[in-house]
Amino acid sequence: MLARDIVDLTLEHLYLVGVSMGIAASLAIPVGILLTRRMFLQRWVLGFANVMQTVPSLALFGFLIPLPFLGGIGKHTAIVALVLYALLPILRNTLTGILAVDPTVRESAVAMGMTGRQLLWEVELPLATRTILAGVRIATVTTIGTATIAAAIGGGGLGVFIFRGLASVDTTLLLAGAVPAALIAVAADRGLEWVEQKLSPV
Amino acid sequence: MSPLVSFRQVATRIGQKDILCNLSFEVEAGETLVLLGRSGSGKTTALKMVNALLLPSAGEVLIEDRPTTRWDPIGLKRRTGYVIQEGGLFPHFTVAANVGLVPRLEGWPSPKIEARVESLLNQVGLPPAQFAQRYPRELSGGQRQRVGIARALAADPPLMLLDEPFGALDPVTRVELQHMLIDLRDKLGKTALLVTHDVREALLLGTRIGVLHNGRLAFFGGRSDFLKAQDEEVRAFHTCLGDTWKDSI
Ligand SMILES: Nc1ncnc2c1ncn2[C@@H]1O[C@H](COP(=O)(O)OP(=O)(O)OP(=O)(O)O)[C@@H](O)[C@H]1O
Ligand SMILES: [Mg+2]
Repeated sequence: MLARDIVDLTLEHLYLVGVSMGIAASLAIPVGILLTRRMFLQRWVLGFANVMQTVPSLALFGFLIPLPFLGGIGKHTAIVALVLYALLPILRNTLTGILAVDPTVRESAVAMGMTGRQLLWEVELPLATRTILAGVRIATVTTIGTATIAAAIGGGGLGVFIFRGLASVDTTLLLAGAVPAALIAVAADRGLEWVEQKLSPV
Repeated sequence: MSPLVSFRQVATRIGQKDILCNLSFEVEAGETLVLLGRSGSGKTTALKMVNALLLPSAGEVLIEDRPTTRWDPIGLKRRTGYVIQEGGLFPHFTVAANVGLVPRLEGWPSPKIEARVESLLNQVGLPPAQFAQRYPRELSGGQRQRVGIARALAADPPLMLLDEPFGALDPVTRVELQHMLIDLRDKLGKTALLVTHDVREALLLGTRIGVLHNGRLAFFGGRSDFLKAQDEEVRAFHTCLGDTWKDSI
């Protein structure tokens, strides 16, 4: 039953992407904010995220598998890898978005008597929302593609079709994996763009 | 009564550069003191010392006899109205939210904030029905300056700081806003410290005038003394005045 498999694996794929993005965003946004307050950490943290991006995905799985807790075979290893990939765009955009807030607006907030916390929540984050969400969008679209590799270590998802199709030289199977992945990517791109526009105050 | 603000031998140094030097003067309650100076003379820097955006490297700035270093920095800022050079409105807040900001930070109940915003917008000539829900980008430069002034007045601060509040406006609007400020000041009895590079504005608005030159006070006194002063920097400002102005004082 191909149709049924497509639905199941698509759901599994969405799960992998959803969980990875949730974790990546909840790590990268706060760390990005912290980096705007502690500029000296920037080189190290961005350096780490940069290196993570350059490691080829199959090699990253290879490194992760032997690790305790994070590694092994299965979904969680795939999720760890996807999170590591997604960090950089979100981190970078959080940083850029906040640092791009007009200095006169920031100074004006301080001059009106906002506390550091109010400055962050009422001025910096709202004005950086668009840029931060753009980072999340880029990371999500990339992750939808990368997540097809999860099948290589038993993580499931649409990659299962692609690996099976490659092994049996079956174009139908390849398409059964690739087309839904592409559709999800387009839908995610559009959807997040819409959210960006809705949430951004300016 | 003791002065509202007094600068005592204040010096400010940023990096290796002395921006203000041995600055001493006082602002009495109820007066409008104008600091006049050319671009880069240290006017904005001097204003920022008053609400503790900057602290002196030497000397002290007293607000109601207490040095700025011993005020709660947040509290001091909230009780000082500040009209920022270039406006400094929050682009993501409506006009009403911009004006109501400090009262909200101070925890006023929202009906009271709304009433206050409405009354202020009327006072600065921006009918609330038309302007309250607009964003700063939907306003002209002059309207933004009006919002800036309303915002500074919002929590009814005893002291107003105005940093070139009418810069970059056409002459007609400029005069209109200057007169609006005079009306507001006389009606509300506010003390104000205003900074400008425009000598006519200084003579129109200032009860007293201080001339800043390279971070030092070149002159301090009333209007007629200003017109008689022989200091080189003051005379440079005299030449900006047409002869008609001199006669009218
Ligand atoms: N953060 C800073 N770091 C270094 N130099 C500064 C800083 N802020 C101001 N200055 C310098 O201090 C001097 C006075 O600046 P200030 O902004 O007080 O001038 P101003 O009189 O307000 O000028 P304008 O009329 O152009 O606004 C200038 O020479 C400026 O370059
Ligand atoms: Mg200035």
